[in-house]
Amino acid sequence: MGWLPDPVERLLEVALVGELTVVGRNGRPVTHPLIPLYDGERIYLHSSTLFSKKLEHLKRDNRVSLALTDPVAMKGNPDRATIQGTAEVIDDDPHSEWERLILDLWRVKEPAIDDFLKMRVALPLFFERAVIAITPERCLYWAGGGTDRAPEAFSAPRQEVA
Amino acid sequence: MAVEAPTRPGSVPAHAPTAADLERLGTYPHLVVSWIDDAGYPISVATTFEADSDAGMVTLAPPAGMPIPADREVGLIGSHIRPQPGIGYDERRYLELWGRVSGGRTFTPARAWGWDETEVPFFEYSERSVPQSRRYLAALSQEKGRTIRPRLSPFWLALRTTRLPFLSATAVPVLLGIAVAASHGAFTWWTALLTLIGGSFAHLAINVSNDVFDTLSGADEANTTPTQFSGGSRVAVYDLVTVGGLARLSFALFGVAAAIGLLLVAVTGSIELLWIGVAGIVIGVAYTAPPLKLVYRGLGEIAVALGFGPIMLLGAYVVQTGELAWEPMVLSLVPGILIALILYVNEIPDRRSDAEAGKRTLPVRLSPDTVRTGYLVAALAAFAIIVAGVIGGLFPWPLLIALAAVPIVLRVHGGLKVHYDSPYTLMAVMGTNVNLNLVAGGLLLVGYVAVIVASFIGG
Repeated sequence: MGWLPDPVERLLEVALVGELTVVGRNGRPVTHPLIPLYDGERIYLHSSTLFSKKLEHLKRDNRVSLALTDPVAMKGNPDRATIQGTAEVIDDDPHSEWERLILDLWRVKEPAIDDFLKMRVALPLFFERAVIAITPERCLYWAGGGTDRAPEAFSAPRQEVA
Repeated sequence: MAVEAPTRPGSVPAHAPTAADLERLGTYPHLVVSWIDDAGYPISVATTFEADSDAGMVTLAPPAGMPIPADREVGLIGSHIRPQPGIGYDERRYLELWGRVSGGRTFTPARAWGWDETEVPFFEYSERSVPQSRRYLAALSQEKGRTIRPRLSPFWLALRTTRLPFLSATAVPVLLGIAVAASHGAFTWWTALLTLIGGSFAHLAINVSNDVFDTLSGADEANTTPTQFSGGSRVAVYDLVTVGGLARLSFALFGVAAAIGLLLVAVTGSIELLWIGVAGIVIGVAYTAPPLKLVYRGLGEIAVALGFGPIMLLGAYVVQTGELAWEPMVLSLVPGILIALILYVNEIPDRRSDAEAGKRTLPVRLSPDTVRTGYLVAALAAFAIIVAGVIGGLFPWPLLIALAAVPIVLRVHGGLKVHYDSPYTLMAVMGTNVNLNLVAGGLLLVGYVAVIVASFIGG
């Protein structure tokens, strides 16, 4: 199972949006607001091939950070966290593999997705998707959310990083 | 600070930041600042800030114990959603700026991009991103060593490729032609059925062939605001079907339509029917195909009026009676006009991409006021033809029941005034306009059924 501290897991379980930052083409940080999903071990984000530049960046450099910062998107929880880790892009079958991997987790946070899926004919490319599976390596946590105070820092147990 | 403005506020392309961007940034309650740390990992952290649009700078509250580096590029993003319990969320928007930080807290932006779904609707954002999807899937195919393309189930792909729901446009004139013939005492059920099937295959064939030529011309690709009524099937744009596959499908559908047409010509022995069929196929293909490319020359509406008016209605009449007549000829102008008006209204959201592709449709050529007035005049003319036909003794009086559809004309005209520049809110108006043809055509059918029933009762 995962090693992230409980308060961070609670943020991941409710967050409707998190800011994924990847290393862009010129080495600059590029940030994408995405809906984070969590299975207790890895963090999953996902992307349509329509908006797949982030996937291209990740295939060049798989190091990422995910910031959980918006209390409005986290059921009013003011805590904040930043998780660094490495990402695996899963896109062997963009048509249906994501459904098997993350649809159950997705529909918990965004129930309307089932209605959109019924209209797949209207949005065919939106549902050609890749999954971004993040293995957390380090975590910074701000209880109460104030980043004017130094965060608590956590690291993955050594064997899990390997 | 550079002042190069994006083409539209809230639009997607990256651009040099403007004062408006910084004012927009100031509406977010907090920002996330990010950089690449010394280990090569991105790091991102929330911070409070003050944006000064006049000075073109953002003052950040540095996160404790995490100095923002001055020797590398830094990203700033503000993002917003509104949670919708039981649904998900809406009101998505974000704005990201890149630049350098000096003095540990002063950020000077050099580049910006963002999206606000209230300004660029999600569907338009998606359509603008179609080339990126194609690039990604092409690279993925190369990476995996096999072809990876987007897919749909065969049923939905067939429905989307042929634009099957538009067949109502064929059903109305064909059924009217059959009804006029029946009111004249001529009706054979199986040739009527074959007429409906053959007309439908011809319509589907034309739909598909139009997609072939609109894809090759770039018109569909250029259209980033398609709707369920406009912008073509887009199956080739999305790479769901190849252009070659579309061409083969079109030939097959034309083949079936032609075979049914020739069978009906043989049954009726009508040379007029042969010419009507040939004219229908020529007009349908020439609608988008070179060298005529009728729709590119502002003749698309007339072509559709001819195809779905005299050719469909008169053709169906001739199948039953074996001869031409004035009543179906004049009556055919009614669905001809109303179906041409479906095209006319559906061309409104496409007008910018059509203009880029050289399609000189009427909404491309005319001012919005003229387009709206033209709609009203043409739609009312269709109903005036019914009244004139009844007064002149050409049509039976029960056809006046179709005048009950006139309020729909006024609703569409009113909708065009309000929603002319908004492709997505215009969809409801386009739907109402499609219903106008169905309701008016249905009422004309009711009128003819009344005539037929009365003739039975009267002996």
